[in-house]
Amino acid sequence: MISINQVTKQYKGAPRPALDQVSLEIDKGEFVFLVGASGSGKSSLMRMILREDVPTSGSIHVLGENLIGIPNRRVPHFRRSLGVVFQDFRLLPNKTAAQNVAFSLEVIGKSAGFIAEAVPDVLRLVGLEEKASSLPSELSGGEQQRVALARAIVNKPAILLADEPTGNLDPNTSAGIMALLDRINLAGTTIVMATHDVGIVDKGRKRVVELSQGKIVRDERGSGYGVSK
Amino acid sequence: MRANFVFTEMGIAIRRNLSMIISVILVTFISLTFVGTAGLLQQQISSMKTYWYDKAQVAIYLCTKTSPQDVCPQGEASKDVRNTITSRLDSGTLKPYIEQYYFENHDEAYKTFIKEFKDNAVAKYVTPAQLNETFWVNLKDPNQAPIIIESFTGLSGVEEVKDQRSYLDQIFAMLNIASLAAISIAGLMLFSAVLLISTTIRLSAVMRRREIGIMRLVGASNFYIQLPFILEGVVAGVLGSLLAGGAIFALVQFFVQGFLAQQLPFTSFVGLGDAWTLLPGLLGLGALLAGLAAFTSIRRYLKV
Ligand SMILES: Nc1ncnc2c1ncn2[C@@H]1O[C@H](COP(=O)(O)OP(=O)(O)OP(=O)(O)O)[C@@H](O)[C@H]1O
Ligand SMILES: [Mg+2]
Repeated sequence: MISINQVTKQYKGAPRPALDQVSLEIDKGEFVFLVGASGSGKSSLMRMILREDVPTSGSIHVLGENLIGIPNRRVPHFRRSLGVVFQDFRLLPNKTAAQNVAFSLEVIGKSAGFIAEAVPDVLRLVGLEEKASSLPSELSGGEQQRVALARAIVNKPAILLADEPTGNLDPNTSAGIMALLDRINLAGTTIVMATHDVGIVDKGRKRVVELSQGKIVRDERGSGYGVSK
Repeated sequence: MRANFVFTEMGIAIRRNLSMIISVILVTFISLTFVGTAGLLQQQISSMKTYWYDKAQVAIYLCTKTSPQDVCPQGEASKDVRNTITSRLDSGTLKPYIEQYYFENHDEAYKTFIKEFKDNAVAKYVTPAQLNETFWVNLKDPNQAPIIIESFTGLSGVEEVKDQRSYLDQIFAMLNIASLAAISIAGLMLFSAVLLISTTIRLSAVMRRREIGIMRLVGASNFYIQLPFILEGVVAGVLGSLLAGGAIFALVQFFVQGFLAQQLPFTSFVGLGDAWTLLPGLLGLGALLAGLAAFTSIRRYLKV
């Protein structure tokens, strides 16, 4: 599903590579926590998977696409099979929750009929049917992240990338988001989630990949945030 | 393709960026008005050329009763004057240069005059006697008109010898300079219009960078992302061209037909028909330039 082979990313002017000979296999249906200190390369790795950036060397295959050789015009189509959420939600402030979700379908050319069905469905799934016509400024952080999640999964992506999705949320709200991610994962979506949240990782007992200075220093199943004894 | 969506997004972009859009419209409007004016001048020149050039001859105007005293002290030219001119035109010195010539008497001159200016107020006040009897000379090579002019200027009974072509060439040269000036100004203005459109579209893209970011994230095609911006540019360009078209029509209607044609009743001027033929070109030019400027600027913005 995601196959990363000897990937190195050297940003111009940086003293050391952001990613250094990283190899990683992620199978369909997995839930992977990506942990590591700030600057260890978690976001960089996610950007490679999303083909927002290309590695300096190495190869990446995602959903059968070779992301090194893929022509630029095929990238948008490739991204439709991926969903993404971020720490800062990235909602459009002048659109309601429902409009934010609908926007992501409109811009990939989905029919009005499809949108009219899919948007309420996904808002119900994330527990926001009552807030469908609220603006982001009228929603709590947790609710905004749910809208962002709804937007990420409304097109039924095979992979969901979550870069510190709970980074701005209190522990209770975070737990709600985690429960939602678990449900999405159980429904068959592969999830890669970068996080600093020790509690969440320890509680999850899932596969944990730890990065340090751009290198993978740990890859354990059923693990916690810290090094297991 | 969801046209509805694209137009809604374009509408939002235009409303947010209204003052810039207005300046784009105005600059396009002014530059295309200059383009249109240059076009009108060229049409004026070519219509005058086709009308006049093959008719242009060297005219030997004979004195009339109403001719000014200092050139025509004897008043109306006599039969002798006509005979002198005829024999000189037929003489061995001049004949080789002349294609053909003919004599036009008062009544013939009056008939032609009335025919050409039948809708004109002056026709009412002219009498045959006021119109010169004229020898019309077609030359084999129109550039040799000075030979005829030299031979007959100052001859008693001749009021004036005139090469119509040289007279026209002066007008054409002036009109050409005016149209060149209009085109140069138009070029500069169009250049600034293109720069302004690029800046406006980039500004519009910066203002909508969140939307663009999300569109790219969820996999909107480049075409879909770019289209609202290109349309934004095209709409501004087309509005500018429409205004320019309106200005050209107003220019023709009120200045050329309403003023010039009244002041200079002997000349044929461009009409609204000519303005119509310019309109598609102006619209096309405005839309194309704006579209291209917007397209290249949004592409460059999205690349980085
Ligand atoms: N576009 C870029 N240009 C240059 N250097 C970059 C760029 N993006 C990231 N870096 C560098 O690459 C390294 C890894 O950054 P990255 O954002 O992947 O870390 P991270 O693990 O996500 O950190 P955090 O936990 O703070 O989000 C850092 O040293 C960062 O400064
Ligand atoms: Mg990061």
